[in-house]
Amino acid sequence: MNGLEKINADFATLFKDGREQLEAGCSAVMNGCREEAFEKFVQLGGIPQKTEAYSYADLVPVFDKDYRVVLKYIPQNVDMNEVFRCSVTNLVTHPILTVNGRWFDGNVEPELPEEVVICSLQEAGMRYPDLFLRHYNRYAPKADQDGLVALNTAFAQDGVFVYVPDEVVLERPLQIINLLRANADLMGFQRNLIVLGKHAQATVLVCDHTLSSQHFLMNNVTEIYLDSGARVDYCQVQNQYAGAAQINSLFVSEQRNSAFESNIVSLYGGFIRNNMYVSLNEEGGSCDLYGMYIPDKKQVVDNYSYIDHIAPNCTSNEHFKGVMDDSSLANFCGCIRVRPNAGKTVAYQANNNLLLSDTARINTKPQLVIDADDVKCSHGATVGQLDEEAMFYLRSRGIGREEAKMMMMFGFAHDIIRHVRLEPLREKIDDLIDKRLRGELSRCFHCTLPCRK
Amino acid sequence: MEGKLLRIRNLHASVEGKEILKGVNLEINAGEVHAIMGPNGAGKSTLSSVLTGREKFVVTEGEIEFNGKNLLDLPPEDRAREGIFMSFQYPVEIPGISTVNFLKTAVNEIRKYHGLPPYPAGDFLKMIRQKMELTGIDNKLLNRSLNEGFSGGEKKKNEIFQMAVLEPKLAILDETDSGLDIDALRTVAGGVNKLKRPDNATIVITHYQRLLDYIVPDVVHVLYDGRIVKTAGKELVAELEKKGYDWIKEEVKREL
Amino acid sequence: MNDNIIEEVTGSEYKYGFVTNVETETIAKGLNEEVIRAISAKKEEPEWLLEFRLQAYRKWLTMKMPRWAQLTIPEIDYQDIVYYAAPKQKENKDWEEVDPELKATFDKLGIPLSEQMALSGVAVDAVMDSVSVKTTFKDTLAERGVIFCSFSEAVKNHPDLVRKYLGSVVPYTDNYFAALNSAVFSDGSFVYIPKGVRCPMELSTYFRINAQNTGQFERTLIVADEEAYVSYLEGCTAPMRDENQLHAAIVEIVIEKNAEVKYSTVQNWYPGDKDGKGGIYNFVTKRGICRGENARLIWAQVETGSAITWKYPSTILKGDGSVSEFYSVAVTNNYQQADTGTKMIHIGNNTRSRIVSKGISAGYSSNSYRGKVKVVKGCQNARNYSQCDSLLLGDKCGAHTFPYLEIENPTAQVEHEATTSRIGEDQIFYCNQRGISAEDAVGLIIKGYAGDVLNKMPMEFAVEAQKLLQISLEGSVG
Repeated sequence: MNGLEKINADFATLFKDGREQLEAGCSAVMNGCREEAFEKFVQLGGIPQKTEAYSYADLVPVFDKDYRVVLKYIPQNVDMNEVFRCSVTNLVTHPILTVNGRWFDGNVEPELPEEVVICSLQEAGMRYPDLFLRHYNRYAPKADQDGLVALNTAFAQDGVFVYVPDEVVLERPLQIINLLRANADLMGFQRNLIVLGKHAQATVLVCDHTLSSQHFLMNNVTEIYLDSGARVDYCQVQNQYAGAAQINSLFVSEQRNSAFESNIVSLYGGFIRNNMYVSLNEEGGSCDLYGMYIPDKKQVVDNYSYIDHIAPNCTSNEHFKGVMDDSSLANFCGCIRVRPNAGKTVAYQANNNLLLSDTARINTKPQLVIDADDVKCSHGATVGQLDEEAMFYLRSRGIGREEAKMMMMFGFAHDIIRHVRLEPLREKIDDLIDKRLRGELSRCFHCTLPCRK
Repeated sequence: MEGKLLRIRNLHASVEGKEILKGVNLEINAGEVHAIMGPNGAGKSTLSSVLTGREKFVVTEGEIEFNGKNLLDLPPEDRAREGIFMSFQYPVEIPGISTVNFLKTAVNEIRKYHGLPPYPAGDFLKMIRQKMELTGIDNKLLNRSLNEGFSGGEKKKNEIFQMAVLEPKLAILDETDSGLDIDALRTVAGGVNKLKRPDNATIVITHYQRLLDYIVPDVVHVLYDGRIVKTAGKELVAELEKKGYDWIKEEVKREL
Repeated sequence: MNDNIIEEVTGSEYKYGFVTNVETETIAKGLNEEVIRAISAKKEEPEWLLEFRLQAYRKWLTMKMPRWAQLTIPEIDYQDIVYYAAPKQKENKDWEEVDPELKATFDKLGIPLSEQMALSGVAVDAVMDSVSVKTTFKDTLAERGVIFCSFSEAVKNHPDLVRKYLGSVVPYTDNYFAALNSAVFSDGSFVYIPKGVRCPMELSTYFRINAQNTGQFERTLIVADEEAYVSYLEGCTAPMRDENQLHAAIVEIVIEKNAEVKYSTVQNWYPGDKDGKGGIYNFVTKRGICRGENARLIWAQVETGSAITWKYPSTILKGDGSVSEFYSVAVTNNYQQADTGTKMIHIGNNTRSRIVSKGISAGYSSNSYRGKVKVVKGCQNARNYSQCDSLLLGDKCGAHTFPYLEIENPTAQVEHEATTSRIGEDQIFYCNQRGISAEDAVGLIIKGYAGDVLNKMPMEFAVEAQKLLQISLEGSVG
């Protein structure tokens, strides 16, 4: 049995033997999805290998570690609110903590309009069965070729649930802070569900951090539903240490005239895979996906997106940029799909990359799959160095070559970061990126974990 | 200030193996405005590129002395720090870098070169505001990415604004009038005139008379086929406008 | 636009769909080692070549049909295909000896086989089904040391050259169809341009499928020695038949130092009828290697035919400073499917490549560009620019773009751009207002759209190719 077969077999055993523990505390809706999902995982051949969507991502070394899977909540012996302090000052949010993929039992209840719900996924399944049934696992099956998403559905037990009813606008951003802290190598499956009613609005900030130096592998799924006229600003800052791996799948279902905007900033992590599936189901929807990745050392960042224009008159705009140093690897795959009825689609996609070292690598696959004629779709991808003409311009103003290079790299990144709407966060990210590019940063935020080469 | 600010002797330069400048001689004193005119392809832009140190232009012969220093020894940034400024014919768009940040970096790098501490932040902004007023540029351009999405006129005004901030000894305006409407042309020229001082000099490179109606040159040179073939006072501008460049070409032919 | 062209557009469907009535010698249907031995025996091949075929066949048995393309490919019964079919003719292949029926066929296709009547400056190798019928201007070319002959002849007369280069660019292990071709290839062309020779005329091979139930598996090998130059063109047609026929070819090109090869294709295999019935399955592996410094390979293709096209002419840029360009217009109409593009593999330093792909989809067709640009780790200063545009004529067709950029060196500069659009109503209205009908306006716009590519074809063929574009799209705009 090779590595992969063993991993797949281990999952089968875990699913069978751990079933009772797995289902304990979870609602019938969640448990009702498990069997089919696991079958799907098996049917797709287990952990994806050499599939089109994972053609450049080698998952074997990611999975081939002696992880524990803990199927019940282990209370933390410390107050996570004390252990973790967000280092972005001036950022006023409703913080919600998860620990190892589960709702932290010490979360302070945020002051929100009464009908807004923010709770653990487990609790939501019990207390709001109708709502839960309408939305849980309705969007994730979109990734019908991705065994990892099915694996999450089979094993997920908890995460964050957010419901913002019709016409409610959340003034403060929700900050979901995912913390990893354990005393053994750990694998987890977090599942989040965010539902916005008609014309509801929310800003969701997700921060990923590691607090201990074990190996972690998180295979997370977040489903977001936007009813007509709803708006979500989503921002995720991935800042884990080199021993952590995360597979992060985001499913967005957009109805009439809704708007979704996301910024995914991959600052640090051993292995980061982001899947972004957006369905523009009804007319007038718009989505803007931005992403920035700056891996160095041996980090791997793999972004995959699939924007599905199902209804006419929707717009999508996607722009991902990366700066790769040392022996890092970045992959980008973005697909714009325009269905036969989705006339008047306007879709744009771009991916720009800079390689800084002889051993850094980039694979990029921007894709257009267009089955309607009255559309405006374009994409572009570049890999290259800094523009010589721009470099000369800066130097002719008295700026030295090195400084000019730094400025241009910073400018290259800021072109994405400027879309982050939360100003203190934007400034913090800019600052972190600037320091990273200058090589001044040995650790990120207040992270205490050593990331050696 | 005594002596020549710029002295170019027998300058030959080529790009991609092709010789463009074939022995240019030129001297400029502080306080002077020189116009360099000439037909397309004469080598006007090559001259400005060589002066500012664009790498793909190779100097094969001759020398350039600026303020007593051998200019050809210096990389582009040091030439700028020594006080050479070029207003680009096509200013480059640089996304993600705001104009104000860009200028702050430039000013402080130049100060560092001269052994000065960074500009105090408050004073810097005061100075910037003052120069904005002087050159008539819009406040909102400051925080936008450098030249990105600027109109042709805004880009050229931004060049003159940068010139005001960096206070060069020698400013080279490379076809600054191209693509400008009459109002923008006036603003740009007005800015240049206000920046004129006894201790700095300006080279105006242009094809047409119209910019020279506003920035009046002390000396006019005609560059043709890689050489300066005629030098005269400002009356030459009107003559060129009337008669075109052909008579100069004829004159050059006769001399050969 | 030329009046004749408009007449062509409005007047014709697939005009090469006739069948030549000629006695054909075939081997029984089916594929096994015996069939391969029989093909090899018919061609009186040396033992090493038979061995090559058998190895390829054994490899093929272990392989699976590639499914990654954006194509719906029906199951192909490889036992239901005739792998060898040759029009019967006398041993001696002098022009006067060629069967008049065959002569007439190629005349009708616009490929006169008589040197007196031939297009000036173009030498032709005419291949029908599994054999070469006639190669013109062989002697003229031989005077300059240029070898241009059928593949079978090359095996007999230049075995060392063939053995040296066969499979050196496309090994039989490369892919499913390459393995199949390597096992059963029948005929094709062989070109060798010696050191320092600029081939004095265009070389061209014309492929014709005629017999029923046969597959065509030709193999072309072009070698340009140092400082050599050749422009080569390939054309192809087939009769209209209700059943699908398989065409799986290999083209290998070797380009040495400072040499240049220009390879143009006008692919006009029978595309099937309006309802998608019949047509050729075109699964082709074409690849060149720029082996020496500053070698150049230019691909230009106009793809209008075939029910299914699976084809990626590629270049391995091994020599420092080598250059490759790929220009393609692919048109699909009715129920045609095309998945075509290129691969540029940058290995040598300072290598450059350029890709210009123009897809035009109409009817219910599906048209995909698929291209890979790879820059390996040690390759310094590679440059690539790709532009892939798709034009949709109608709302039932699809246009897809799948570029793959794999870059492992920081000095590389790689840029890909793609757009998808349809012909704007304002463009058509503008033409209407100037007295041009909508149909003609579309013709004009397409001509402009494809112009970048057509300009790269040899002159004689560019005109032909342009007519072909319009014919293929006939009736696609209402």
